[in-house]
Amino acid sequence: MKNRHLLSAGDLTREDAELILSTAAELRSLADRPIKKLPALRGRTIVNLFFEDSTRTRISFEAAAKRLSADVINFSAKGSSLSKGESLKDTALTLEAMGADAVVVRHWASGAPHNLAHAGWSRSSVINAGDGTHEHPTQALLDAFTMTRHLAPEKGQTLDGRRVAIVGDVLHSRVARSNALLLRTLGAEVTLVAPPTLLPYGVDTWGVQTSYDLDAVLPKTDVVMMLRVQRERMNASYFPSVREYSRRYGLDARRMATLQDHAIVMHPGPMIRGMEITADVADSQKSVIVEQVTNGVAVRMAVLYLLLGGAEPAIATGTPDEESEQQ
Amino acid sequence: MPPTRPEVQPDADAITGRTVLDARDVSRALTRISHEILERNRGAGDLVLLGIPTRGVHLAHRIAAKISEVEGTTVPVGSLDVTMYRDDLRMRPARALLPTEIPPGGIDDKIVVLVDDVLYSGRTIRAALDAMNDIGRPRAVRLAVLVDRGHRDLPIRADFVGKNLPTSHTEKVAVRVAELDGEDSVTLL
Repeated sequence: MKNRHLLSAGDLTREDAELILSTAAELRSLADRPIKKLPALRGRTIVNLFFEDSTRTRISFEAAAKRLSADVINFSAKGSSLSKGESLKDTALTLEAMGADAVVVRHWASGAPHNLAHAGWSRSSVINAGDGTHEHPTQALLDAFTMTRHLAPEKGQTLDGRRVAIVGDVLHSRVARSNALLLRTLGAEVTLVAPPTLLPYGVDTWGVQTSYDLDAVLPKTDVVMMLRVQRERMNASYFPSVREYSRRYGLDARRMATLQDHAIVMHPGPMIRGMEITADVADSQKSVIVEQVTNGVAVRMAVLYLLLGGAEPAIATGTPDEESEQQ
Repeated sequence: MPPTRPEVQPDADAITGRTVLDARDVSRALTRISHEILERNRGAGDLVLLGIPTRGVHLAHRIAAKISEVEGTTVPVGSLDVTMYRDDLRMRPARALLPTEIPPGGIDDKIVVLVDDVLYSGRTIRAALDAMNDIGRPRAVRLAVLVDRGHRDLPIRADFVGKNLPTSHTEKVAVRVAELDGEDSVTLL
């Protein structure tokens, strides 16, 4: 039986990923219609379970679920029993008792969504909306969708051979990991650019290139994706000063001028203007940062529809676990 | 579960079936449908053709071309995917979506002619009517099909029919269009 979860961008086959992207392309036109609503998930209940602050991702998932006519319950750690010390297991049992069909989970601990999906506490589909420093698969999908719209807009074109530079705090970035996994599946060539202290241990097994020199990478790349320095996850100094970091790894107008004409600038947000990216770059013609947010809703609609819309999921993510075999 | 939409993919078997309409028959049927649409509508004014993917869209374009030959005006053509509106959505694996393209003028206050290849249970057309409800409010909706094979599950009928084809439930009707399949034909399998 097919698995009903989306936990890692690495679980997606190329066919799955392309199905999600083509479905999202059809769903994107919905934003231009007077009635932004489709009936596909009528009567399904989707819970947004957020243990960590998030605006963009939660609102995006909420809009996606509502446009597919699902009922949405928002559960955030602040102002609920979660802040009183309830365990993930008890929360899961509560959601199960309420009849949730899917749980969209954001958690500060890497692996929490995996636990939720495989511990046997609930029968819901689990969609990882970011876990610790591990993965954020729907962000990778919306990034790939945005790249496809700009670099491979015609039917039949792919991201094969396109060069993507992911720059900054790779060590703490779930976006970087999910993007690296998905883009490799889609045939793109990824280069991670970061100071040595901000590259994760074992990055040589990711199937990507690494560089410490942003200026050498920029002229060759088709996409440059800037990452926020996640100071809230840092418990040591990874670089001498903000000024030095931004001088060596920040994207400013001078560096942007060395990009190819067709190249695009991306950022998963939230961005710190003046640190990893200057304001004039963020607001420039090459920047697709606002479009990434718009595309996020269509991509998340595609994921929810393909996982929950039919009798069984249209995308086979991950290895089937024993829990779902029993049903 | 009754077959809700004959998903007939042209394949090697199709050659062995009985050909009901050949390319010239299909062309004549579409010509007649085009004239009937014009007659019923008293011209091409306010007409919008919406094909149901996949083959309905190609047929809609053919009819539009024939109408513009006769009237000298172009008729807006679009496509309407009904996947998410199907009543059997929950019974089968989630399916890939097909393109929905509404012409720039929209469908509000227009005479919409839905175009499909085969009319069978009528469930696809019910889904199409629901889908249209979320897009706009046409003045009227008509239905044109190349083949009506009977066995309706719902109170739905076609206004323009290329060929009434008596069939049994066990038979399959394969419609082929030149744009996709290399030739125009209707075959009974």
